[in-house]
Amino acid sequence: MFRARINLWAVVLWLVLPAGLYALVLRLVRGLGVSTALSDSFPWGLWVGFKLFAVALAGGGFTLAAVVYIFNIHRYRPVLRPMVLTALLGYSMFIVSLIIDLGRPYRVWHPVIMWNPHSVMFEIAWCVMLYTTVLFLEFVPAVFERLGWQRPLGWLHTAMIPIVIAGVILSTLHQSSLGSLYLIVPGKLYPLWYSPLEPVFFFTSSLCAGLAMTIFESWHSNKAFGKHLEFSLLAGLGRVLAVLLSVYLTVRFLDLVHRGVLPLLKLPRTETYLFLFEAGLLVAAMVLLYQRWVHTHPAALYLSAVLVLLGLVANRMNVAITGMQASSGTYYFPKWTEFAITLSLVASAFALFWLAVKYLPIFPAGEVVPAKRPARAPEALTELIHAGS
Amino acid sequence: MALLYDATLCIGCKQCEQACAEQNKLRYDQKTAAETVQSDHKYTVVLTKGDKFMRRLCMNCQDPACASVCPVGALRKTAAGPVIYEEDRCMGCRYCMVACPFSVPKYEWGKTLPKVRKCTMCPDRVLAGRPTACAEACPTGATSYGERDDLIAEARKRLRDNPASYINRIYGVNEVGGTSVLLLSSVPVEEFGYPVALPTEPMPVLTYRALSHIPDLVTVGTVLLGGIWWITNRRSEVAEAEKNESDIDKDKKEK
Repeated sequence: MFRARINLWAVVLWLVLPAGLYALVLRLVRGLGVSTALSDSFPWGLWVGFKLFAVALAGGGFTLAAVVYIFNIHRYRPVLRPMVLTALLGYSMFIVSLIIDLGRPYRVWHPVIMWNPHSVMFEIAWCVMLYTTVLFLEFVPAVFERLGWQRPLGWLHTAMIPIVIAGVILSTLHQSSLGSLYLIVPGKLYPLWYSPLEPVFFFTSSLCAGLAMTIFESWHSNKAFGKHLEFSLLAGLGRVLAVLLSVYLTVRFLDLVHRGVLPLLKLPRTETYLFLFEAGLLVAAMVLLYQRWVHTHPAALYLSAVLVLLGLVANRMNVAITGMQASSGTYYFPKWTEFAITLSLVASAFALFWLAVKYLPIFPAGEVVPAKRPARAPEALTELIHAGS
Repeated sequence: MALLYDATLCIGCKQCEQACAEQNKLRYDQKTAAETVQSDHKYTVVLTKGDKFMRRLCMNCQDPACASVCPVGALRKTAAGPVIYEEDRCMGCRYCMVACPFSVPKYEWGKTLPKVRKCTMCPDRVLAGRPTACAEACPTGATSYGERDDLIAEARKRLRDNPASYINRIYGVNEVGGTSVLLLSSVPVEEFGYPVALPTEPMPVLTYRALSHIPDLVTVGTVLLGGIWWITNRRSEVAEAEKNESDIDKDKKEK
C-alpha cells in the first residue's frame, strides 16, 4: 500500500516536472503571450490566483508562531516547525510564481529602490521580502541544530520574540493587503466577492487556512513517517478552526446582506454556482468541525480540514478569475503551460518538504519512527534529481 | 492641460488615429485603421455606429488609478496633465491594467520583454506648449486642446447653446474625480463601451483608505503582542518558580 502510493507520487513528479520545465522555457523565451491565455482584457490569471492561496496556506506559520511564542502555549510547539517550513515553502512558491508572472522577471527587485507607498503592490513586495526573511530566521535553527552550531542558535534564541512579533505583524499586513489589491476594482470584480471588507476576509480566512493546513499536514506526516500524532492537540486546533470559520462566514454573510447583493444568488450564472460551491465547502466543514465525533476520528478531522482548504482555494480562484470574468468581456481559461508551471511548483514544494523532514529536525526528536517500511520516496527523488541533471 | 472630444463634430476620418501612430512611431496601414480596439500598437480608436462616432483613448485621469497602484512608480500624473509611463522602471506586474476603470493600459503580449502601452497625451508636445498630435490633426475641431477649465466652460456653452444636439452630460468632469479627457456626445457614451457607473471620488481613495491604517496597525500591533508576551511569559516564569518551590518542599518533607 505504502509502496504503491509513493510510486504514484513519483509518477506524478515525473509527469509534472518535465512539463513544467518545458512550460518555463516557453514562458522565458517566447513571452507571456505564447505561454499563457492572458490578454489585454484579462491580464491576471491562474498564477495570480495561485499566489493568493499559496500565501493563505502559509497562514499557519504566523498563527502558530504567535500561539507558541507570544501566547506561550507550549503544547503546540511540536507542530510549529512543520508549519514554519510550510510557510517558508508557501512564500517561496509565491516568489517564484511572481517572478514567472512578471513581464520582466529580472526587475523583480525594483520595489527595493523605486518606491510608491500608495500602492498595495508595493506594500506586498516589502511584506514578502521582510516576512520571507523572518520565516528564514524562524526556520534556520533546524539547520543549525542539525549542524550542531550552538552559538548562532543562541543568538537566534535571544532575538526570537522580536522576530516573531515582526513576523505576525508582517503576515497580518500581507494577508490583508492581498485582499486590498482588489479594493480598486469595484466595477470589475463581481459583487459577490467585491467588498470594502476584502482585506479583513483575506486575513481571517488565512487564519483558517493555516489551522486547516496544520491538521492536513500532521495527518500526512503521520501516514508517511509514522510520526506519533498528538491527536488531542489537533482536535483542539479543529475546535479553534470551527470558531474562526464561523466568524469568517458570519461576517461574509452580513457583508452580503448589508451590501444588498444576496438577490444575485437567484441569477442562474456561473458566478452564482461557483460562489455556492465555495460557500458550500466552507459551511460543510464548519458543521463537521462542530460535531463531537469528528474530534475523535482523525480521518473525519482530516476530511474537514481538506474541505476548508478546498473552500479557500475556491475563494481565491473566484476572486482572481471567476469574479473578474464577466466585466472583462472575454472568457479566460488557463493554458496547459500555466497549469504545468503551477503544478510543478506545488510538486517541488511537496518534494522539498519531504527532503527537509527527512534530513532536518522538523518534527521533535523521537517522533519520526525510523523507517519500518522502506522509505522509497527520497530515493525516487534522488533518482529524479540525478536524471534531471 | 486637457482634451475635449465633441462627437457631434467628428466625421470619422481617423486622422487622429494616424497622427497618434506617427507621433508614437507605430505602423499605421489599412489593417490597423480597420481595428476597433485599443492595443499595444493602437493607442486611440475612432468607433463608428451608424452615423455616430466616438473616440477611445487614455482619459489621463486627474488622480489616476494606474499611477496609484504601480508599485515602482512607473506611471505618473504630470502637473501639465499627461499620465506618463517610464518604461525603465516597469517590472510588468500589470496591476495598472487590472486597476484602470477604463481598461486602457495594454500589454505587448507578443514580446519576450514587454512594455505597457497607452496614450500618454503627447507629453513632449504638451510640455513644449503644443497641442497633442490628435488635436492638431483633427480637421473639424472635434478634438480640441486647452486648459481643462476652459474646455469645461466651452463644453457647458455648447450644451447650453445646442441642448437638442447633445446628451446633457460632460463625461470626465466628475468621473473618478475628473479626467483630462472630456467627452460630449449625442448618444450615451456607454454605447461605445465607456463605463458609466463610476464613483465621483478618485479610485486611489479606495485603496488608500486601507493603506493609511498600516502605520497605526504596526504600532498598536507591536505593543499589543509585546504586552501579551510580557503577561504570558511572566505567568510561565511564576509557574516554573512555584513548581521548583514545591519540589524543594517535597524534598524537605522527604528528609
